[in-house]
Amino acid sequence: MAAETQTEGTDFGEVSRWKDRIFESVTLAAALFGIVTLAVLLVYVTIDAVGWLDLQFLTSPPHPLPEEAGIFPALVGSIVLMVLIALITFPLGVGAAVYLEEYASDGRLTQFIQLNIANLAGVPSVVYGLLGLGLFVQLINFGYGTLLVAGFTVSLLILPIVIISAQEAIRSVPDSLREASYGMGATKRQTIRNVVLPRSLPGIMTGTILALGRAIGETAPLIMIGVPTTVFGVPNGLFAKFSAMPMQIYTWSSYPDTAFQYGVVSAGVVTLLVVLLSINSIAILIRNKYQTVRS
Amino acid sequence: MSDATAPDLSRRSGQNTREFVYRAVFFTCALLSILTTAAIVVTLLGDAITFFAEVSPIAFLTGTTWSPANDPVSFGVLPLITGTLVITFGAAAIALPVGLLTAIYLAEYASDRVRSILKPAIEVLAGVPTVVYGYFALVYVTPALSVVFPAISTFNALSASIIVGIMIIPMVSSISEDAMSSVPDSLREASYGLGATRFTVSTSVVVPASISGIASSYILALSRAIGETMAVTIAAGNTPRLVDLTDPAGIFLNSIQTMTAAMVQLGASDVTGQSLAYRSLFAVGLTLFVITFAMNLISEWVASRYREEYR
Repeated sequence: MAAETQTEGTDFGEVSRWKDRIFESVTLAAALFGIVTLAVLLVYVTIDAVGWLDLQFLTSPPHPLPEEAGIFPALVGSIVLMVLIALITFPLGVGAAVYLEEYASDGRLTQFIQLNIANLAGVPSVVYGLLGLGLFVQLINFGYGTLLVAGFTVSLLILPIVIISAQEAIRSVPDSLREASYGMGATKRQTIRNVVLPRSLPGIMTGTILALGRAIGETAPLIMIGVPTTVFGVPNGLFAKFSAMPMQIYTWSSYPDTAFQYGVVSAGVVTLLVVLLSINSIAILIRNKYQTVRS
Repeated sequence: MSDATAPDLSRRSGQNTREFVYRAVFFTCALLSILTTAAIVVTLLGDAITFFAEVSPIAFLTGTTWSPANDPVSFGVLPLITGTLVITFGAAAIALPVGLLTAIYLAEYASDRVRSILKPAIEVLAGVPTVVYGYFALVYVTPALSVVFPAISTFNALSASIIVGIMIIPMVSSISEDAMSSVPDSLREASYGLGATRFTVSTSVVVPASISGIASSYILALSRAIGETMAVTIAAGNTPRLVDLTDPAGIFLNSIQTMTAAMVQLGASDVTGQSLAYRSLFAVGLTLFVITFAMNLISEWVASRYREEYR
């Protein structure tokens, strides 16, 4: 930004130039601080996971002996939960975004909804857990720690993120396309279905998949609604009890045994991060494949 | 909103009912967000009110002992609030300066190419699950810190604060950078024209001009630190302890309990729907919700000032 306007090769201002160089190094160091710390921690956990993260670990249920412990039920639980959340949040999030971008007038109500969505995105996840406990467990009685309760609870948690990213995708569709559609005699509904949604779908997909990545790491809401920490089988229905990878990691991290602390948990953490990374890569691939020049 | 510029040219005849139904369906989806907020308030208030019928709000807010399950039970929330403040201050000490300097680097120094790599890389920090951060703090950060501070406990506020601080850096840097990027280049050029270096331009022109955006990012990051749950539960432990200001080192080197960690502890225990301990969960949840919701609103209000200024 404005780099070309800086004067070069003059004699005066040597002191301030030194200050400038030092300041640049300090800001660069700050920018790298978090990344480097995380990278170091990731290297540590990967080294510790070597020897523990194997086929036996991925296909076995939890076990009190570290050598026989596995993550299979939690891995399947996380994936099933994610699919359920996707089925709930995608239509609701896109619907809300379509309303706000295509139908809503710029009145008080719209502003209120918009402010409300922004605020919901900042509500702590543990509070959503209490919402799930009070609403889906106590009031509607879907049962403690069932797949359905977890699906609804985490869906409400990531819905604001899905709506905000879907809105951005819809907003990036140029108005000329809408006008062309109306010019052909199309109705608003037809314009949305045939022009706006197909054009914004890659953006919506990217945002939703990234939000699902966040959902898969959520732990606190699951604890609140009573998801069991240890489960030995895979869920066989919406009302089945299940566990998820972060829950399993939380449980294992409290075991004092070093073979668990530095072996089994590291393997669990690496598994969770690999799944997360794969999800995010899919999102980035979709974005790159359909990336169009915004006009 | 796109139809502010595009006039509504849609065909009117015959299709009106169907159009109306579609509009209603989409509106319901948008309304769901307001219903969610309402549901949060009603759920929290419902159980909190029955709790406050038995424990007076004054005793709750001024009590200095938190012991919801063990006899004698006591529901003083102050130890949890001070525990939360300790983590928030510790995290702020890392994230606020580092995040601001990061934003200055990205907005003023970095080339487009460096920025396009660095920015998503920093955002990865916010995408790592917090349970993983908690594990990192407990298993790697605390042993590393014990080399410097031999008196450190296995569960301690220091490593939890450090890890929460790292987690919220992207929140500060990305919002601050947006604010800095929206400062018009004419201001920078005027300053360069007076012979200023980039250091002077950054610190004396860009930062003051984007101060409301920076303030907004700070408030939002602090709100996130207050609501952070798994990292502090795993790494800072579960010792509800009123902060002892006469022992500054002890504050960070020992175990504490935050509001969120207390909620997790209650949520994971076998408290039932009828007990006072179960309802105290909602009282703490309501306190947390009110604090973070107020901070998010303030942040939104402060941010709207810079948006208006440079639109």
